Amino acid sequence: MDRTPPTELLHQFAAGELAAFESLFRQFQGEVYGWIVRIVRDPATAEDLTIETFWRIHRAHARFDPARSFGAWARTIATNVALDHLKVARPDTDELDDHLESPSVAADPNPAIQRELRDRTRRAFLQLPPRLRVVATLALIEERPHSEIAQALNLSATAVKSRTFRAIRLLRSKLGNLA
Amino acid sequence: MNEQELNELLKRSIPPVSELRRDLWPQMLRRLDAQAAEGSWFVALLSSRSAAPWFDWALLAALVVGVCLFPRAIPVWLYHF
Repeated sequence: MDRTPPTELLHQFAAGELAAFESLFRQFQGEVYGWIVRIVRDPATAEDLTIETFWRIHRAHARFDPARSFGAWARTIATNVALDHLKVARPDTDELDDHLESPSVAADPNPAIQRELRDRTRRAFLQLPPRLRVVATLALIEERPHSEIAQALNLSATAVKSRTFRAIRLLRSKLGNLA
Repeated sequence: MNEQELNELLKRSIPPVSELRRDLWPQMLRRLDAQAAEGSWFVALLSSRSAAPWFDWALLAALVVGVCLFPRAIPVWLYHF
């Protein structure tokens, strides 16, 4: 989200012009969607949340400072929208037993055991608290820079590292003897 | 399992995501239109409220106060209405 729209367009958007909003929407929809889908991991939900993000952007146009980066602003709003969704949505982890007895399978070539390992990892990941899951998704899976995550979540880089560490620790405890 | 191995396991376990494949602007327009319609309905309701004579509001206020002070009178009010 580093492509900078013309300053005039940003001023028009801040003044509430729909045409300017449409231009910004068309320019940034893919990037906002891409950011959200990396957090929620579901394309249909990500589309809905992209619309919700731009709706909030549209409502907040008067508070936007054209001197700021529109992309960074949009990413912060998108992160909040995605986080709100994760707090409400219940992950499908009904079958998860926190401490299932399991053989040590980290290096097992058996496809069935590998599938079971992936399944348990996925469910353990979905059980993370939303605040940790967002950070873990962006830092561990998407490998986004800590500074970028910090900006999107309105946190310090130290807080991002701390949450990443807590997420790893929780994952290890949930995966039991696998980790 | 160290952090690197955990990262690799996570990447294998969490399916990758795809990029946006369609234009969402029509959907956004529908959302804007729906909100605009809702907003105009609300404005119309407010304007119709403000057009009511003052004594209607006074009567309504007296009714609310009466119901709060004498809740047992509610069945009587309902009977007369």
